[in-house]
Amino acid sequence: MSILEVKDVGKRFGGLQALSDVNLSVAENSVHAIIGPNGAGKSTLLNCFVGKLIPDTGSVMFDGQSVLGRKPFEINQMGISRVFQTPEIFGDLTVLENMLIPCFAKRDGAFELNAIGSVQSDKEIGDRAMQMLEEMNMADKRDMHAAAMSRGDKRRLEIGMCLSQEPRLLLLDEPTAGMARADTNNTIDLLKQIKNERDITIAIIEHDMHVVFSLAERITVLAQGTPLVEDTPDNIKGHPKVREAYLGETA
Amino acid sequence: MFGLAKKDATLLLVVVGLTLLAPFILNPFPTDSAMAQFNAGYPDLMQRFVIFGIFAIGFNILFGLTGYLSFGHAAFLGVGSYSAVWMFKLLSMNVIPAIALSVVVAGLFSLLIGYVSLRRSGIYFSILTLAFAQMSFNLAYSVLTPITNGETGLQLTLNDPRVLGISQTADGSIPVTGLFGLEMRSTYTMDVGAWAFQFNVGYYLCAVALLVAFYLAIRIFRSPFGLMLRAVKSNQQRMNYTGLNTRPYTLAAFVISGMYAGLAGGLMASMDPLAGAERMQWTASGEVVLMTILGGAGTLIGPVLGAGFIKYFENIFSKINDNVLHGWFSFMPDGLENFVITIIHPFIGKGWHLTLGLLFMMVVIFLPGGLVEGGQRIAALFKRGKKDDDGADTSKATTPAE
Ligand SMILES: Nc1ncnc2c1ncn2[C@@H]1O[C@H](COP(=O)(O)OP(=O)(O)O)[C@@H](O)[C@H]1O
Ligand SMILES: [Mg+2]
Repeated sequence: MSILEVKDVGKRFGGLQALSDVNLSVAENSVHAIIGPNGAGKSTLLNCFVGKLIPDTGSVMFDGQSVLGRKPFEINQMGISRVFQTPEIFGDLTVLENMLIPCFAKRDGAFELNAIGSVQSDKEIGDRAMQMLEEMNMADKRDMHAAAMSRGDKRRLEIGMCLSQEPRLLLLDEPTAGMARADTNNTIDLLKQIKNERDITIAIIEHDMHVVFSLAERITVLAQGTPLVEDTPDNIKGHPKVREAYLGETA
Repeated sequence: MFGLAKKDATLLLVVVGLTLLAPFILNPFPTDSAMAQFNAGYPDLMQRFVIFGIFAIGFNILFGLTGYLSFGHAAFLGVGSYSAVWMFKLLSMNVIPAIALSVVVAGLFSLLIGYVSLRRSGIYFSILTLAFAQMSFNLAYSVLTPITNGETGLQLTLNDPRVLGISQTADGSIPVTGLFGLEMRSTYTMDVGAWAFQFNVGYYLCAVALLVAFYLAIRIFRSPFGLMLRAVKSNQQRMNYTGLNTRPYTLAAFVISGMYAGLAGGLMASMDPLAGAERMQWTASGEVVLMTILGGAGTLIGPVLGAGFIKYFENIFSKINDNVLHGWFSFMPDGLENFVITIIHPFIGKGWHLTLGLLFMMVVIFLPGGLVEGGQRIAALFKRGKKDDDGADTSKATTPAE
């Protein structure tokens, strides 16, 4: 069963055809990677899934429902969470507060005017947030300002915030970009652990081959805005078209 | 207590104590002493402290929590004042319906302005609110004269229809505002030795309103709604991708702060039943911005401190003139005395704006967290002194949003 169906998607920026004829299907409970050289249109495609961009042509269906024309917050409420290339967290708030916010969003929806209740005495939400922090191994940092953490910790927190919402589809845009090798490996381990422990579909955009081949079950190769091939990691490694378009000179 | 954490309850109790005892605290100098002019414990000024405190507390819910800087909040205060005066003219001299109408009308008006202005953020939002407020000011000044009485301002007359009440008293004068017969202007003076302490009904009504307003602000700060407002300030992108719709959150904050402004405007008219367009002018909107930043934006007590500070300067420093200075420095040789007074002259009397401006700059540069940060630093100094004596370990990180 596929959870995300992308059909004939095209997107133009002025004179540049960033995406054309993109067809893609992400199977439920799989890890699907989208790779491709810089400027291939990977981020543009992902932005079409989350409501940041609306494609000129084609359709994007999540769990049988179109996401096109919906706002980012509506798409999130449908069950898609997104991790950004540079971690997007609430830098001015504490780590615990960062985790409380998605928990409230999950329980109370997109808007709830609860101006008299107390955050501190909401045990259900507080417990949920602490449990998630413990799972992310950052319970000891709960009172720290989120902005003061290391890049790796911010990434970990952001992933934890997304997971606290129990999304059905987790989208990651180059989650290890700009990370040192050790942090990259930690992130790979974290994602593997997440996948093992729950029913979740992960779609990951990545530049780093090491990350892709350690995680993905299926890989789509994007070049100049069009999918070149889609196959298992083993087949992709040896594929002549891929070597030509992407691995280039290593062939 | 009252559904508050211990620290917040303590803060509330301190504010309760300070407001209720204000007639004593603000009157430290004997009536006939040279320092008496620094006394602020007279009804008119105490009312202003508290009313502007309410205005700033409300403004801080929008600006301090969400970071949206409105330059048009005086419009809501003005609308509140006009509503209250109309209530006095048409219905009754009781302040309760007047204040209720002020809050409702200001709420509706801010819903309209907020709905349009919040389509933009940052500087564009500020400019939109400024434009709306100036539009309101100009309308009040000219086009809407039948409602606002133009440049003269809206006042009570001897022929107001007043459904629940009388148009004029037996001796042919305009009736005064009151609370079920208790006149706002009535003041009890307590003479203790050389001191005269004044207890005014109007002040205590305003004080109760301030305490309710402050209590509600604490609840909002600590609520899930308050957390979302701080999230808006921190990262709207993350909010949107966390399934939260930012627009209704900011609009609700805008309307709540507009209603606080309306309450302030209604109280102002209840103390002195007139309303003029100048209350809506951009300088008035700028003043509440200054109060909030000076006291400490995003803190609970900061806006109240800022409002008190600015109103004290406006009313006390502006009254120091050269004659007063000559009195103070008469012990000096004539030449020196004149020299000192020439130096001080630009900073006092009509020059109080200059002093306030310099102080404001110093606070913004050296204490970005406002007077509250100043207080925290002093407290930390004392604590550290104590700790050193005890040989205790270093203190933990500070908590945000006191
Ligand atoms: N908002 C935009 N406006 C104009 N051009 C854009 C925009 N976003 C992306 N592009 C262009 O589209 C192409 C694909 O970009 P992107 O999707 O970011 O590539 P990738 O993520 O695969 O590196 C690039 O040539 C980029 O310059
Ligand atoms: Mg990219």
